[in-house]
Amino acid sequence: MLEVEKIPKPTWLDESELYKCVHCGFCLQACPTYLATGLETESPRGRIALMKAVNEGRLEISNQVMRHWDLCVQCRACEDVCPSGVPYGNLIESTMDHVRDYRRIGLLPRLAYEIALKYLLPNQKNLSVLVAMMDFYIKSGFQKLVRRTKILRLISRRLENLEMMTPALNGEFFRADGHLYQSGVVDAEKIQMLTGCIMPLTQGNQMRAAVRVLNKAGKDVEIPSSQVCCGAINSHVGDVEKAKELARENIEAFSKDNIDGAIVVASAGCGARMKEYGPLLADDPEYSSKAANFSKRVIDINEYLIGAQFQPGESGVPRAVTYQDSCHLANVQKVRDAPRNLLKSIQGLDFCELKESNICCGAGGTYMITEPEMSKKILANKMKNIIDSGADTIATANPGCFMQLQNGIREAGLDVEVKYVTDLLDETYTKK
Amino acid sequence: MSQSQSLKMKDLISELKRIVGDDYVLDDQADLLVYEYDGSIDRGNPVVVVLPNTAKEISQVLKLARLNSLPVVARGAGTGLSGGAIAEHGGIVLSMTRMNQILEVNRSDRYAIVEPGVVNLDLSTHVASEGLYYAPDPSSQRACTIGGNIAENSGGPHCLAYGVTTNHVLGMEVVLADGSITWFGDNERDGIGYDLRGITIGSEGTLAIVTKISVRLLRLPEHVKTMLMSFETIEDASAAVTGIIGAGMVPAALEMMDHFCIKAAEEAVGAGYPEGAGAVLLVELDGLLESVEEESEEIEAICREFSPLEIRVATDSLEREKLWSGRKGVLGALGRLAPNYYLVDGTIPRTKLVDVLKKINEISERSGYPIANLLHAGDGNLHPSILFDERKPGDVENILAIGAEILRICVDSGGVLSGEHGIGLEKQDQMPLMFSEEDMATMSLLKLAFETEDLLNPGKVFPTGAGCGDISQARAIARVGPGAYI
Repeated sequence: MLEVEKIPKPTWLDESELYKCVHCGFCLQACPTYLATGLETESPRGRIALMKAVNEGRLEISNQVMRHWDLCVQCRACEDVCPSGVPYGNLIESTMDHVRDYRRIGLLPRLAYEIALKYLLPNQKNLSVLVAMMDFYIKSGFQKLVRRTKILRLISRRLENLEMMTPALNGEFFRADGHLYQSGVVDAEKIQMLTGCIMPLTQGNQMRAAVRVLNKAGKDVEIPSSQVCCGAINSHVGDVEKAKELARENIEAFSKDNIDGAIVVASAGCGARMKEYGPLLADDPEYSSKAANFSKRVIDINEYLIGAQFQPGESGVPRAVTYQDSCHLANVQKVRDAPRNLLKSIQGLDFCELKESNICCGAGGTYMITEPEMSKKILANKMKNIIDSGADTIATANPGCFMQLQNGIREAGLDVEVKYVTDLLDETYTKK
Repeated sequence: MSQSQSLKMKDLISELKRIVGDDYVLDDQADLLVYEYDGSIDRGNPVVVVLPNTAKEISQVLKLARLNSLPVVARGAGTGLSGGAIAEHGGIVLSMTRMNQILEVNRSDRYAIVEPGVVNLDLSTHVASEGLYYAPDPSSQRACTIGGNIAENSGGPHCLAYGVTTNHVLGMEVVLADGSITWFGDNERDGIGYDLRGITIGSEGTLAIVTKISVRLLRLPEHVKTMLMSFETIEDASAAVTGIIGAGMVPAALEMMDHFCIKAAEEAVGAGYPEGAGAVLLVELDGLLESVEEESEEIEAICREFSPLEIRVATDSLEREKLWSGRKGVLGALGRLAPNYYLVDGTIPRTKLVDVLKKINEISERSGYPIANLLHAGDGNLHPSILFDERKPGDVENILAIGAEILRICVDSGGVLSGEHGIGLEKQDQMPLMFSEEDMATMSLLKLAFETEDLLNPGKVFPTGAGCGDISQARAIARVGPGAYI
């Protein structure tokens, strides 16, 4: 008993949120890590039980405890099926934030982590240098050499795994330079678009396609300069302060050009984060109301196009397409029908549902890098379902899912292409 | 723990790891802690959690447990509501979640062979394309396992017309306490000889560990109609139930929820339940189109006698699912009203519904604890759920006493202790309300026929402590001698 009293009562958890969980177990079958392992320890209910035990002073935060929290992909599918309405996303994010102080990790990984979170993701200039280096690495043939000789395996498996994830670049960088992409429609409505951190550098072509589609919907699209990363990754790994800082920067960037139309987001994870800037900055006297207003303007591109009654072009897209729900679009933003309806509106496109499309693919932001083993376990099942679907194209709505699915398909040797929903919409206009 | 004991423990762990693999033996304090609960309020920490993958592995684990006199508690998804899977006496928790394969579906003979860790709803989803389904549908069917359903002989809304788990299990492979693997029952409907299959179903893991199950599959009905009827008071709704059943009708399901449940369910899923109603009935009819239409007209006519506020009908599957989603999620949804619920599972004659619900309401008013009522009204199965906060001193003791009082009312009115959730830890002390000492001694003899060491889920079903169960079990053992087999 004495030992119990030594542990200070944690203050990071909101008890009114935590004790909403009545451990009914309805979340189990929605959780990708539970499905992959069958372990209660890797389930939402189990992770909450650990939070409760720590909160009640029955358990100390050990490495083992942190392991189970770390292994959460934060897809928030559990939140969507929870009858009690447990705000699991809040709980796990504040837990991750809290346990940062307890971590004992090596100097090198910590350094890499800090650099990535503080100096790479939030800073397009630095990040673009890194991506340019990756591009050089691929194009110079050096990547081929490395992969053929399996030289990285000599250093570490982990490094080899990491190398396997080097994203193939798609066209030039897409820059947040304040440019206004015009639709050609007279007095067109002006909207703004987020570029994000990784997407504009590794998937420039896809971003340009998204802008073209918005133009075809009759909207003028401004890409505000000085915008930054949305901060989603920072909040997932428990760096809430940096996430708040980024949120404030974005609020300024998107208000300075006096456009008050929609802020359209082409990456589901960023959209989810930005729709929750309100609660994130609720305690900030200067920004709380600005943040709430900002969040109201944020809308996912699929959702937006349906609302704008987008009509695809005349060209048929003869593909058998299936759709993988991006978790933060389906579970957080509750947008499920819009991308499906957009796909179904395309001529010549044969749409089929993917079994377990509501289960995460294992990308989870940086999860695929920090937890490669579990991530691959989850991905393996996804690949099985993709094969069963018979589709030749899998559509999705978020860069993380996009890259993860691409990696899975390459490793499984499947003849399936990964596309954004907006890529396929764009094809109806650009394909000859 | 002394050093020699902990060394022994270390050996045991490595032996278990040898059997099932390193990843599937958990003994870290944090890991054990998440296996201490189920869907209700009991808790108990196992010494080790083992996740086997085959009957053979289970056989080896049981032999090892016997050698070390360690209790073994089988656990499915941990959604139980009577503490059946709680490791009250420590020992090994045998988590069956890895054994989750559907091994065979026989369409022409309409059965499937599944492993115990298969999730109830997954089975129905899997065979839906064949036009088949598995009938027992506990409200936790999204998560609970067929193995767990067997342990508790689980019911569900549709058990009114179709019967509970035991009516849908043809046979099963089991591992006995001594590690031997055998098969109970058959793939035919009626086996010959003692019905060991029937005895094992509902025995809560005290007799054997089930490792493979042959379940009956039914053909999906041609037509399904779901009706939602709201009433001003729970008395009106109860009277309507009595009216429907009294007219000789047996709907596929006949469910009732009171205003607490309506509020919670509505907040959770927005099923469109009417605001301000004292109670709603959810009635489902299935079968041939013509008979469904005929019956639904008759039921509507009966309900109109009790001045319903509204009658809503859904026939397409999405709408029906929506109406059901409120009912199926309501238990968890009670978490929106209070941090804990204690769900009592008792069954009464349907004619006593009004009476008993009134008494429950009186208890609620007297004690100050809100009690939400959800009922499988058609078969008189009550689920009064007492809302409380386990962190408040005295709350747990109080609500347990209230639960016991409600069960006494059920038994006094001619009902029974459990409709479908089992006895487990929760209601063992109330067993004497229904069974005489002789009754229990006889049941203990049955247990002893399976094992005398009392290592399979010990301390469940029968009363322990100062009650007479211990005595009856002790007496039974005295009669046959320890270690003996009957």
